[in-house]
Amino acid sequence: MTAEIGHFALVLALFVAVAQASLPLIGAHRGDPGWMALAKPTAILQFALVAVAFACLTHVFVTSDFSVVNVVSNSHTDKPLLYKISGVWGNHEGSLLLWVLILAIFGAAVAVFGANLPPALKARVLSIQAMIAVGFYLFMLLTSNPFDRIFPPPLNGRGLNPLLQDPGLAIHPPMLYLGYVGFSMAFSFAIAALIEGRVDAAWARWVRPWTLAAWCFLTGGIALGSWWAYYELGWGGWWFWDPVENASFMPWLAGTALLHSSTVVEKRDTLKGWTILLAIITFSLSLLGTFLVRSGVLTSVHAFATDPTRGVFILALLVIVIGGSLALFAWRGPKLVSTGLFQPVSREGGLLFNNLVMATACAAVLLGTLYPLLLDAPGGGKVSVGPPFFNTVLIPLMIPMIAAMAVGPFLSWKRSDLMPALRRLRIALVLTIVAAIVTYAVHGDEPVLGVVALAMAVWLGTGVLTELAERIRLFRSPLSESFRRLGRLPRASWGMTIGHLGLAITIAGMAGAGAWKVESIQVMKPGDKVTVGGYEYRFTGAKAGKGPNYKFVGGQFTVSRHGREITKLTSEKRVYNVSQQPTTEAGIHTTWRGDLYAVIGDAEGSGGAFVTRLYFNPLVVWIWAGTLIMVFAGALSLTDRRHRVGAPHRKSSAVSLPGAQEA
Amino acid sequence: MRHIAVSLLLVAFPQAAFGVNPSEMLSDPALELRAREISKELRCVVCQNQSIDESDATLARDLRVLVRERLAAGDDDQGVIDYVVSRYGDFVLLRPPVKGATLALWGGPIAIVLFALIAVFVFFRRQRQTAKAPIAATPLNEQERQRLQDLLAEKEH
Repeated sequence: MTAEIGHFALVLALFVAVAQASLPLIGAHRGDPGWMALAKPTAILQFALVAVAFACLTHVFVTSDFSVVNVVSNSHTDKPLLYKISGVWGNHEGSLLLWVLILAIFGAAVAVFGANLPPALKARVLSIQAMIAVGFYLFMLLTSNPFDRIFPPPLNGRGLNPLLQDPGLAIHPPMLYLGYVGFSMAFSFAIAALIEGRVDAAWARWVRPWTLAAWCFLTGGIALGSWWAYYELGWGGWWFWDPVENASFMPWLAGTALLHSSTVVEKRDTLKGWTILLAIITFSLSLLGTFLVRSGVLTSVHAFATDPTRGVFILALLVIVIGGSLALFAWRGPKLVSTGLFQPVSREGGLLFNNLVMATACAAVLLGTLYPLLLDAPGGGKVSVGPPFFNTVLIPLMIPMIAAMAVGPFLSWKRSDLMPALRRLRIALVLTIVAAIVTYAVHGDEPVLGVVALAMAVWLGTGVLTELAERIRLFRSPLSESFRRLGRLPRASWGMTIGHLGLAITIAGMAGAGAWKVESIQVMKPGDKVTVGGYEYRFTGAKAGKGPNYKFVGGQFTVSRHGREITKLTSEKRVYNVSQQPTTEAGIHTTWRGDLYAVIGDAEGSGGAFVTRLYFNPLVVWIWAGTLIMVFAGALSLTDRRHRVGAPHRKSSAVSLPGAQEA
Repeated sequence: MRHIAVSLLLVAFPQAAFGVNPSEMLSDPALELRAREISKELRCVVCQNQSIDESDATLARDLRVLVRERLAAGDDDQGVIDYVVSRYGDFVLLRPPVKGATLALWGGPIAIVLFALIAVFVFFRRQRQTAKAPIAATPLNEQERQRLQDLLAEKEH
């Protein structure tokens, strides 16, 4: 019964979404306040209906209702409750339902909290949101219904992929989707602005909080995925340039560009068309990402052929959304007139440079990710595009951008001079050179790239701090004056400073873990000692045991340095009952200098000897510490007073828009 | 149909990697290090986007052993890679070679950078031209004019 209620709610949601997609839009076109006002109740009702559907699906998963195909394929009675719940979105159909639920949450949030929006803009934004939702409802109901029944129901389910039975990966997809779907707000605002033919500072301020929130979630989601790969896959890697990762990295690159270009629209009334285009691209890549991961097309183009209904539907949806919005942009975009002029060397110029690098990087990742598909589809042969390609292309792009990141905030708006900015950065430059020399001296001619990357991190970090010191006139005015200035800095500028600092920390982590990872693979008998990266690992033996739905062998290591015991590590090798698939749980001890990381492999002979893999991953935790700081910075910027008080008012908007009396 | 989708989903996630085993490793550390670096460039052709260095598939293991045999026989790094390519084709290379079919792949990023530079150049040139032209004021529409008059009238009171 629950499944039928969910299914029915989904069908109703489709009809409500159709109403929400059409009536307010027509109302906005005709200037009919009554019709425009329909946007709010429909958005809230649509959210309520999807929430019911989602609750129903969660219910059938939690109660292990094996008459529902989706539950049979992805769940099992032995599974802990957390993974029964995460099983809801750990599959194609359920993840689509989660996607559309988040879309409805965002829509309802605009409906409820968007009281400061002009009614026509609000009506159009919510209509466009609903159009996206209609596409997803149709896709689910026609090709991927999560509530399909099976008869006769089997006694138990097939279980969830053991790799996904992990707390990190339970919340990774919702985070990622909050990011993807959050960008739909920027998209809807962009399309609404194109229809209105108007983009101004007020528009940029309305879009910013949504873009910022989406960016925070996406950053967090990507970091979580990377962290999961690090501790779960068992060899200390944290980024693989896997198509699945690229699918989330592309919207991140475009979204980061969008975040920077929308500042220019807000402050300087220029780069309008470009910002609109970025909003469209960012969301298009989010859609592409969702489908790339979920359609199986990445595994092989032939997956499309084996399931043509889904494949064709996905292609049609992408063509309509991306093609349609780009066509609208081509038609209406030229009408957006920018008034703010600026020189190439200026704050705007710096932000434009960021945009160029981000967009280029994004295009290169897209090319590398889709190239094997594009070549194979018409029978052009098979080609592999792996990490060596992406590193070769992306690193040369990122180095100049990070170099410029330290300089940009010193430049003034409109026109500026490079020399004074560089003069103020001389301490940062000296520190960077010192850091490079020290690193080089310690590690010799080990990877030059590691030295460069670490130097870049120091450059960015010290550059950001220099800029902060300049802004509060540190050492140039009394300390009390500096503190007063520090307290008065707007939260948005704290957001920039802390966010850039976070990136510097992340880059340092990537440099350390990427260039100076120490690895040792060997067979160890109980009592054997191996020294890795200056730490002595003693294998104390392995024990077998049973978890809730798996069996495991747990190996124990005692780690010491200079004869002093530092920690005990336990690494498990698990075999899950249902799928018989093995997984590893690494034993990890995190320090600021680096992670001690131990993994146990197969048994070797009968004397209690095991294959062991021991690692020292220098600075690796800095990668996630830095991303966490970036997320925090984004959230801080989100609380800036300009998003709360004195909510943006459009100059003369009160009269220029029809139906304004309603507000 | 659904089973296909599910099984695809399973392979779409990277598998736990066990990679290199001690029994395969060469006793000469320098040679072993070279073998590891070469292995990172070669794809495990039956896996989902994994190098033979990371994968625990049987085929990856065979290839790792092959790489080490060639190195022990005295091949240089390129020689080993060429040997593997001669048996498995270009598909095995994670860094695709520059040739006809991959021209757009390698040329693409360069073309994008060039395009971006030209776009920026055009943008600034156009901006200079608009700067020279007098800025035409956007005329107020009827409602705005009305509102302006109301405001002016208010001030007078």
